[in-house]
Amino acid sequence: MAAMAVALRGLGGRFRWRTQAVAGGVRGAARAGQRDYDLLVVGGGSGGLACAKEAAQLGRKVAVVDYVEPSPQGTRWGLGGTCVNVGCIPKKLMHQAALLGGLIQDAPNYGWEVAQPVPHDWRKMAEAVQNHVKSLNWGHRVQLQDRKVKYFNIKASFVDEHTVCGVAKGGKEILLSADHIIIATGGRPRYPTHIEGALEYGITSDDIFWLKESPGKTWHPTDVALECAGFLTGIGLDTTIMMRSIPLRGFDQQMSSMVIEHMASHGTRFLRGCAPSRVRRLPDGQLQVTWEDCTTGKEDTGTFDTVLWAIGRVPDTRSLNLEKAGVDTSPDTQKILVDSREATSVPHIYAVGDVVEGRPELTPTAIMAGRLLVQRLFGGSSDLMDYDNVPTTVFTPLEYGCVGLSEEEAVAHHGQEHVEVYHAHYKPLEFTVAGRDASQCYVKMVCLREPPQLVLGLHFLGPNAGEVTQGFALGIKCGASYAQVMRTVGIHPTCSEEVVKLRISKRSGLDPTVTGC
Amino acid sequence: MERSPPQSPGPGKAGDAPNRRSGHVRGARVLSPPGRRARLSSPGPSRSSEAREELRSRLLGLIERSRVVIFSKSYCPHSTRVKELFSSLGVECNVLELDQVDDGARVQEVLSEITNQKTVPNIFVNKVHVGGCDQTFQAYQSGLLQKLLQEDSAYDYDLIIIGGGSGGLSCAKEAAILGKKVMVLDFVVPSPQGTSWGLGGTCVNVGCIPKKLMHQAALLGQALCDSRKFGWEYNQQVRHNWETMTKAIQNHISSLNWGYRLSLREKAVAYVNSYGEFVEHHKIKATNKKGQETYYTAAQFVIATGERPRYLGIQGDKEYCITSDDLFSLPYCPGKTLVVGASYVALECAGFLAGFGLDVTVMVRSILLRGFDQEMAEKVGSYMEQHGVKFLRKFIPVMVQQLEKGSPGKLKVLAKSTEGTETIEGVYNTVLLAIGRDSCTRKIGLEKIGVKINEKSGKIPVNDVEQTNVPYVYAVGDILEDKPELTPVAIQSGKLLAQRLFGASLEKCDYINVPTTVFTPLEYGCCGLSEEKAIEVYKKENLEIYHTLFWPLEWTVAGRENNTCYAKIICNKFDHDRVIGFHILGPNAGEVTQGFAAAMKCGLTKQLLDDTIGIHPTCGEVFTTLEITKSSGLDITQKGCG
Repeated sequence: MAAMAVALRGLGGRFRWRTQAVAGGVRGAARAGQRDYDLLVVGGGSGGLACAKEAAQLGRKVAVVDYVEPSPQGTRWGLGGTCVNVGCIPKKLMHQAALLGGLIQDAPNYGWEVAQPVPHDWRKMAEAVQNHVKSLNWGHRVQLQDRKVKYFNIKASFVDEHTVCGVAKGGKEILLSADHIIIATGGRPRYPTHIEGALEYGITSDDIFWLKESPGKTWHPTDVALECAGFLTGIGLDTTIMMRSIPLRGFDQQMSSMVIEHMASHGTRFLRGCAPSRVRRLPDGQLQVTWEDCTTGKEDTGTFDTVLWAIGRVPDTRSLNLEKAGVDTSPDTQKILVDSREATSVPHIYAVGDVVEGRPELTPTAIMAGRLLVQRLFGGSSDLMDYDNVPTTVFTPLEYGCVGLSEEEAVAHHGQEHVEVYHAHYKPLEFTVAGRDASQCYVKMVCLREPPQLVLGLHFLGPNAGEVTQGFALGIKCGASYAQVMRTVGIHPTCSEEVVKLRISKRSGLDPTVTGC
Repeated sequence: MERSPPQSPGPGKAGDAPNRRSGHVRGARVLSPPGRRARLSSPGPSRSSEAREELRSRLLGLIERSRVVIFSKSYCPHSTRVKELFSSLGVECNVLELDQVDDGARVQEVLSEITNQKTVPNIFVNKVHVGGCDQTFQAYQSGLLQKLLQEDSAYDYDLIIIGGGSGGLSCAKEAAILGKKVMVLDFVVPSPQGTSWGLGGTCVNVGCIPKKLMHQAALLGQALCDSRKFGWEYNQQVRHNWETMTKAIQNHISSLNWGYRLSLREKAVAYVNSYGEFVEHHKIKATNKKGQETYYTAAQFVIATGERPRYLGIQGDKEYCITSDDLFSLPYCPGKTLVVGASYVALECAGFLAGFGLDVTVMVRSILLRGFDQEMAEKVGSYMEQHGVKFLRKFIPVMVQQLEKGSPGKLKVLAKSTEGTETIEGVYNTVLLAIGRDSCTRKIGLEKIGVKINEKSGKIPVNDVEQTNVPYVYAVGDILEDKPELTPVAIQSGKLLAQRLFGASLEKCDYINVPTTVFTPLEYGCCGLSEEKAIEVYKKENLEIYHTLFWPLEWTVAGRENNTCYAKIICNKFDHDRVIGFHILGPNAGEVTQGFAAAMKCGLTKQLLDDTIGIHPTCGEVFTTLEITKSSGLDITQKGCG
């Protein structure tokens, strides 16, 4: 390994003028111009890979180190980070599997003669999803290779502010130095610390997508795992969600409660205002969960096949030895503190993605922030990342897409009397023949009340919410006014046309239920 | 004639005019948040718009109250001629000399907003805008002017709308909301195969609605195939039952028909299920199913009769072929089908029929999807071809013969090449004609009142306030010349027309950047210009086109083909890379396109696309990461997921 590091250093020995970096008190660190890399990226997720590829494209010498610490249940995966392996990608695919289950139920109404009910085979789905993820892992490695980015599958920790020590699976150590370092190690699911049996018997989103066998009857003490519970219900599993307080914290609360309402009416069980206290394995292998009703204080128990914790995520910063480099983290969240240029307390060390304090935990934000950062570092750009009006979609059974401010935020920023909310219930055309209930298909646009009624936020609950929301996010970015959106001609018959037909304001008190065509 | 001077924002005195209506408005605004209502003494944009509103209602009041109003200038010879004409008829006129009042320039401005006429004289007779000097004399010569003068307000209705489709109904409802007495005449002449339907027009009965539902049924067939890959287990061969589907769709349509009738009743719009025809100025004859005739008069009319499918004019076409008028309620499965035409109707129908597992052939005379971006059109076609639809290019049918009767029967089609003498023969169960549509404007008595139509196309030319050459007759919907034939356009223009006619708004319908989606098996959504049109308007060297192929995430596990879905934007290099054309071929194209259309209304640029964060993982996000220009010639195929 040492030999390898030397060889790499040799490759890096290009002559380049550079100002002397602050190097006081650094032991054994390479001097500027003699370091192994122009850029070292710690963490091979969406943000890290975007940084690495962008820097390589700008002709820099780049290395990425990535290492997946197995989950407490022993699950591990390849290059690409959370999104590809245990996040967006497998989640959306399993969501799609659940949607297809709904479509199979619709099919007879549309003349398809399918005998119901149609059973679902978890193994077959999981294998297909996992194979796709593996092909993506491979694709990422090939892309790094194509762009001459050096990839190390090692667990990294800082030695000093320019040097990182990596430990490979076999325990071999390697030292890597770089002029610039980007930390993009992301986060991992949090386990509860004071619940007996939680770690031993519970799984998290790190495991669910990689299960070989169906999780069976599952139980989610959660306020974020609505998506998982949604698709598990959708493929026919008995699923219970336990929530201590409000779901989808940070999202528009009216929309969140409609998401829950929809899930509850489609078979997901909810236990609200309860807190788990104990998980135990019964002799038959099932898990017995004990919980307490927070208001009455009464204890209750239930048995499940799987317990999935989804109580938040913790940044992956503990093993990085950030103090050796002098990188500051938030004492509360352990997330890395950065300025608007993504720089940490150490000027040449940066951080992007979920590991950063106060940023939306979204793949496309990490990618864009990473690319812009690298363009500033090596491409002569000065463009900063704009974290306002980031659109996102929650892939619950009825999808929820949003961009801009929630109604609560708008009221808090501008005052109730300066905010006008336009809203409508609608029925997707496809629901009619399928005989589906559209009680929760709903759209609302939060605007300033003063003409020209600037659009502050858009919230859409219905099929294909992600596809619907994307374009409107552009509109809001362009500074769209309510009038401009209303002047846009609809595309008939779609769900998204409901957005350009929003005529009823909440203030008017009129019935927002759409009738007819 | 006098042109009005350019916008003169000066401090008019209109606000001082006593006017009960505007006083009321002002009173209401006390409830508005602070800052919204500007005081009359403080200058600012809201002040001038408030003053303008007041002036407008003052003018509308004047028009409302007077038998004849002439907006004139004392030195204008044309104005003088008109004044002389009315005095020779012994008619007293209300004359407003714009050069002699303080706010004359502003009056002229507001007038041009109301009437779309910038010049004086500007004449109103019994609330109807007649026009300028020439139009008034024409009306005098045709007898219309005398009619207008006579009939005062003795009409049965304020507004009669001929045609109860999307445009007509929206116009009727809006006019009724504004307190007007409104009648809608709707009558469906049965198709040559005898199909007819209820209230609501093409979209609801034989257009968008049943089309999208059948498209959905076909997509479900695809979803059933996909679902096996996603772990759903069923082994039996899944068959499609046409009757079950059609019945369900027709039930839904019936509920919509009923809903329309209810909503007309609720709004007190008179609905008459009769065929409307002009017999003289302001008078219409309504003939019902039994042949009974009734006559109605109205101050103003809106023509919204729409279009019906065109026939080939060859032997056997009306006897044996069906059109989209018949397909959606066909009581039996059409079986092996020949679709004639390459319009979006043709391709959509061919697409869903093939999706049900039927043997489908499309016979195309020249190009696919005329008027749409041709690169996209070809991609739509090639996807269909890869999914079992056969195309016969450069052929036209010359004869259709019945071989066997039945449901369906057997038809022999003889077709000849458009390029040579070659002929071919084929046997099909059903022949569906989708070669275009003809406006229903030739049999409604338009010639009786002198409404001009384009003799060739049958379409009605209108000005930008949807007014025909006869001032009290307007038109909306598919029968308009050079306007998009789309339901939401008709709805919007009908609604805005009613608002303008009855003084609720001045807003004109904006026909620019109208988005649309073709619901072929792989959907095609677009907004703005096609590549061909953009090159024609802006020249190739001034454009930058960004494009990419993409692979929807859901297609990966389903094992569907990569490098098939395609996204393209056309930017004007010399206007900040403004997006002037947006095109997407992929699942849910309609849902994706809508928001981008709204963004284009707000001046979308390439930079803004780049600055916007994608929603992951969706198809729509592809537009936030477009990097490859067409001119670079770089490879756009996708090797994996990036």
